[in-house]
Amino acid sequence: MNPSLKRVNWSPYLVGAGIGVLSWVVFVVVANPIGITTAISQLAGGAASVAIGGETVAQNPYWAKHPMKLDYGTLFLVGTFLGALLSALTSRSFRIETIPPVWRERFGPSVTRRMVVAFVGGALAMYGARMAGGCTSGNGISQGLQLAVVGWTFLVVMFASGLGTAWLLFRPRH
Amino acid sequence: MFPITGNAALILAVLFGAAFGWLLHRGRLLDYDVIINQFRFRDFTVLKVMFTAIVVGGIGVLVLVNLGAAKFHVRDANMLGTIIGAAIFGVGMVLYGYCPGTGVAAIATGKIHALVGAAGMLFGAMLYAVSFAWVNSHILSVWKLGKVTLSGVTGLPQGLLLALLAAAAIAVFVAIERSGVEQR
Repeated sequence: MNPSLKRVNWSPYLVGAGIGVLSWVVFVVVANPIGITTAISQLAGGAASVAIGGETVAQNPYWAKHPMKLDYGTLFLVGTFLGALLSALTSRSFRIETIPPVWRERFGPSVTRRMVVAFVGGALAMYGARMAGGCTSGNGISQGLQLAVVGWTFLVVMFASGLGTAWLLFRPRH
Repeated sequence: MFPITGNAALILAVLFGAAFGWLLHRGRLLDYDVIINQFRFRDFTVLKVMFTAIVVGGIGVLVLVNLGAAKFHVRDANMLGTIIGAAIFGVGMVLYGYCPGTGVAAIATGKIHALVGAAGMLFGAMLYAVSFAWVNSHILSVWKLGKVTLSGVTGLPQGLLLALLAAAAIAVFVAIERSGVEQR
């Protein structure tokens, strides 16, 4: 599993160490730990401005604290997208996928079913992440590596909740 | 010299984000099956990546802080909000098959369901903003511990805790690799 430009199955230990080293760099160089969901909140504020008007959004106490702007966090999110795109293109692994294999095996070929569940899941994940103070990246990794209580509480509860949900979804049917 | 701010930091943001997105893809973390099978104990890629990132990142950042090159950025532990939020997050992540970062990155590799889930994330963020005033006064205000770390809570040095964590990580990794539980 040596890293090469063409191969996508790099060792998870190498990838994990890479994210760890990236954390060293961002802590020193920009003093801004890796995180995703603050930026998504800001983008949601931008999208809401189009739908319900900028004034209404500006009066919201949450978006007043996190206004839509192209700042470090939103550009990091743009970069995350571009890095994945570059990696997919250089490894020739870009594939249109509507239903992943494990989902299809359990829930069948309905595109609607997969999309509805993905939408609801995305909404819940985002809502929960904001309430918890961050997601797997900003809370789990960036707070976890500092041994912050918030990060480890998040990791333990999130994993337990995910295990229970996966059991309910994928338990053997009789 | 550091930290870099202003427009130069914005360029670096794209570069650092790209490194993150690249690593997520190469680590197979943009694959729904890999993430879901972690929660079914059939694939331990997610655990290996996250545990390694936390141990390697944690030791390096501690050294850098002690050298005066970096500062900690510990966030408030609003325990009730973190527990309820993390529980909701776990349900959402398994339904979606992605966390927010891997979801956005997976769109770039052609996953249409990741794109639909990202629209769901925007919707979830809007719901949170709309309900924020209530959540802030009824949930985030309960059981606030402040910017605490496990080191602060236990009184044990951060370096010792990280050494124990590293030892635990290695033991878990050896157990996983030897057990053959992973279905390839």
